[in-house]
Amino acid sequence: MQQILYFFIRNKNFLLFILLFSFSIFLTIQTHSYHKNKFINSSNYISGSIYSIKSSITSYFSLKKENTILLEENTRIRKKLESYKNKITNYNIDTAFVYSKYYFSYAKVINNSYSKTKNKLTINKGINDSLKTDMGVVTSKGIVGIIDNISKKYATVQSILNTNSQINAKLKNSKHFGSLIWNTVDPNIVQLIDIPRLAPVKIGDTITTGGKSTIFPEGILIGEVKDFTLTQDKNSKYLNIKLFNDMTNLEHIHIITNLDANEIINLEKETRDVK
Amino acid sequence: MLNNLIFVNITRFFLLILVQVFIFNHINLFGYVNPYLYILFIIIYPFTANKSLLIFSSFLLGLFIDVFSDSGGIHAAASVFIAFIRPVILKYSFGISYEYNTIKISSKDYLKQMIYVGSMVFLHHFILFALEIFNINHFLLFLNSVLFSSIFSIVIILCTITLFSKK
Repeated sequence: MQQILYFFIRNKNFLLFILLFSFSIFLTIQTHSYHKNKFINSSNYISGSIYSIKSSITSYFSLKKENTILLEENTRIRKKLESYKNKITNYNIDTAFVYSKYYFSYAKVINNSYSKTKNKLTINKGINDSLKTDMGVVTSKGIVGIIDNISKKYATVQSILNTNSQINAKLKNSKHFGSLIWNTVDPNIVQLIDIPRLAPVKIGDTITTGGKSTIFPEGILIGEVKDFTLTQDKNSKYLNIKLFNDMTNLEHIHIITNLDANEIINLEKETRDVK
Repeated sequence: MLNNLIFVNITRFFLLILVQVFIFNHINLFGYVNPYLYILFIIIYPFTANKSLLIFSSFLLGLFIDVFSDSGGIHAAASVFIAFIRPVILKYSFGISYEYNTIKISSKDYLKQMIYVGSMVFLHHFILFALEIFNINHFLLFLNSVLFSSIFSIVIILCTITLFSKK
């Protein structure tokens, strides 16, 4: 008995090291699977509030730029509104009953990373603002990512600049769709894979979300084709996409809530269960 | 004297976390190179002080950085590793006698100091990026990150040591 005790005392540093090291490896591996990482993320109370203090100070520096972006968006939305008005003047529809599947809310980015291989953002809204995991996050220019961890007041977003991210996207003109991934090289260039060989692609073509998931509605802008090559097996095309968003410089974002998400997911689950 | 030492180390611990999280995590030189100054805590932790305490506090230090940068446990793992391996590195960079003299790191001669800081930083970054990238397809990115981040960190850490050393 004493021998064992002596062994522990003599090797206490080594045992402590092994214990803590394996615990950290466990935490690391846990983050590799999508939103399993419940404890160690920046949506928790302490780091969330520290980040929001920081953001409340630094956000003043970019006020001018943010204002221009808001103005641009306002003009764009006003133009759209005018065109709708022209269309529906004759019908006199009560707009209170126009049904929309998607509900938009806004939040502020309080921490952003883009230089790692698995990038995350932290935003200043959480469960209290009725956010849930798996909601889409966009800006006025294009998509940003998907909410993966959430606390009462904060949430972390898995950015599209993350090697775990795979988002359904399509060519705006030809409706061929593929998956959007990131090869970690440039924070403003992402890749679209699995586009069929026969799909007509031109440099400068617009890429939008495909609407094949419950997260993003169809037609949210992503970017434009920068260049493309055939893959080695000559079956599909590999496209480099230049993002419309500047992912290194995000501040105000919109969160998309799909009001039918539960219904769709339940239906799909039932269909699977029947099989 | 002893209380003072504990106080200094605790202050350094939190100060380095804040500096790392708010300044050095956002430098992104050439798009992906960030220095990791926070391991300065492990590097200049008193040479003769309790080793178990160092290993445990390094774990906490790394975990704090992980919480702020959403990276699972990679900083914790790398920090714990260099805290554990530190006596070995001290031995080969300063010779066997480091345990008996309590000279501060800033007063050693520059070559020994550079070997010590260099090997600590390199080992830390090697484990850090190996765990972060975790993919054989991005091997070149891994080598690049280790090399450039190490150089950047070594320069920053040596500058900090020189700047804050008491004459």
